[in-house]
Amino acid sequence: MIMLFKKFLAFLKRRAVFTVLTLGFIGGIVFWGGFNTAMEATNTEQFCIGCHEMESTVYQEYRNTIHYQNRTGVRASCPDCHVPKAWGPKMVRKIQASNELFHKALGSINTPEKFEEKRMYLAKREWKRMKKTDSVECRNCHEFGSMDYTLQSRRAAPQHMTGFDEGKTCIDCHKGIAHQMPDTSSLTDEERKEFNLQ
Amino acid sequence: MKITSKKTVLSSVLIGLGLLVSSVYVAETPIPNSTAQKSDIEFNGVKSLRGETAIPDADKSASIKRLQPDIEPIARNYFQQPPMIPHRIREYKITLQYNKCMTCHSWDAYKKAKATKVSQTHFTDRDGNAQSTLAARRYFCTQCHAPQVDAEPLVENAFAPVHELEKK
Ligand code: HEC
Ligand code: HEC
Ligand code: HEC
Ligand code: HEC
Ligand code: HEC
Repeated sequence: MIMLFKKFLAFLKRRAVFTVLTLGFIGGIVFWGGFNTAMEATNTEQFCIGCHEMESTVYQEYRNTIHYQNRTGVRASCPDCHVPKAWGPKMVRKIQASNELFHKALGSINTPEKFEEKRMYLAKREWKRMKKTDSVECRNCHEFGSMDYTLQSRRAAPQHMTGFDEGKTCIDCHKGIAHQMPDTSSLTDEERKEFNLQ
Repeated sequence: MKITSKKTVLSSVLIGLGLLVSSVYVAETPIPNSTAQKSDIEFNGVKSLRGETAIPDADKSASIKRLQPDIEPIARNYFQQPPMIPHRIREYKITLQYNKCMTCHSWDAYKKAKATKVSQTHFTDRDGNAQSTLAARRYFCTQCHAPQVDAEPLVENAFAPVHELEKK
């Protein structure tokens, strides 16, 4: 038995490159699995509202909206709207999130008052991001190519038909659908134009 | 040893039987019914929206009312009536920071939204001063404007608009 083990060691010494590769391969699988598990674990509603900054503000507001509870029982959770599905953009967003952990430690928004003060800043970032991606998170579930205008309401159908022709995207018209809107009175005229607000 | 275990079995069976019999008895004893008091209450001919339900009793739960899909503007019944809302307003929030209704009904936005603009009266405060922004007393739209459901009126109502009265 001992002999066999010694023989194996000698074999490994002779094949150093092979050993490194094998160990690297196994390690890679383990790491990848763990990494993906971590990614999945941080991509749930439970994780997002694990900190009270989110639980006591935006989560409470979202609970009264159609994306939380609706006729068909399909729920859009926080990551559905806030984390890109594609791997690259998802990683970028997760790395940016480390900055959010830093602000969590600083307590930048740890009271509802502080949160309300920062809400405009935070909302603007989301609006900019969604405009840049043509509201890809919304379109993951609602694609305008699949919309039947004849089934849409009197107000929705004409706005969609003209809006999409003008190159508008969902977030241009559908702000504040999951949370309360920030105070828009501080916006400059250019910003109003950029975000399609009056 | 043998004898004690037989005794244990026997006594537990007896206890179980006793429990069964007593619980059946308790379950069958009628609980005094609170609705029995209904006829004792004097309404003096006045019926509230709850009907003749006694105060301690639970109301019969109302059937679920569905909000209507968007319809054409609803005809007004009298002069100075706040028009009723002909569309769904689920999730249209009116907060200190933001008034969702004004994103379509403001003078800036109504053309694009193909909506009726808020009337000029909404910019006048209670002292009659015209203001450049919505008057505070007109800020909470749903105080006066209500969305509609397809439901029977809860109480009968003999209201008729003025021109109807003239016909008689
Ligand atoms: C996880 C999928 C999902 C995502 C992501 C999503 N939605 Fe929805 N959305 C739904 C579902 C499901 C409903 C409700 C359908 C129903 O039951 O009527 C809905 C309803 C809506 C409604 C109708 C509201 C009403 O009162 O009828 C709007 C408007 C809407 N979504 C806009 C958006 C926008 C804008 C985004 C992007 C910020 C978005 N949605 C992202 C699934 C999603
Ligand atoms: C030009 C403005 C505009 C754009 C752009 C726009 N919407 Fe809408 N949408 C509206 C209006 C106005 C309504 C009707 C009023 C309301 O629901 O608040 C509406 C209603 C809806 C509804 C409910 C449908 C119904 O019959 O009531 C859904 C779902 C929806 N939009 C999804 C989207 C999605 C997804 C996008 C992006 C692909 C989008 N909208 C882009 C203006 C727009
Ligand atoms: C239907 C899509 C949708 C869902 C679901 C959703 N959000 Fe949002 N969220 C948005 C949009 C759009 C904005 C940009 C601001 C706005 O328009 O209200 C936003 C903004 C925010 C902001 C910035 C502050 C603010 O109020 O603007 C935070 C924080 C946030 N979301 C957290 C969450 C959390 C936590 C959840 C889950 C409980 C969640 N969101 C679920 C669409 C969504
Ligand atoms: C997405 C845009 C939009 C929003 C938001 C909106 N409305 Fe409207 N509203 C309209 C349109 C468009 C009409 C006209 C309907 C038509 O002609 O088909 C209308 C009609 C009305 C009318 C009837 C006017 C008349 O002359 O009879 C009232 C009242 C009204 N809305 C009140 C409200 C209130 C209150 C809110 C906020 C809770 C609100 N609306 C939010 C678009 C909107
Ligand atoms: C104190 C009650 C009250 C409040 C609050 C109020 N309204 Fe009105 N509204 C009225 C009355 C009364 C009328 C009809 C007489 C008039 O034009 O002033 C009216 C008329 C309207 C009309 C029709 C205008 C026209 O030219 O026919 C619209 C649209 C409207 N209101 C929207 C709103 C909106 C949006 C809000 C919230 C920002 C609001 N109202 C708040 C009482 C109110």
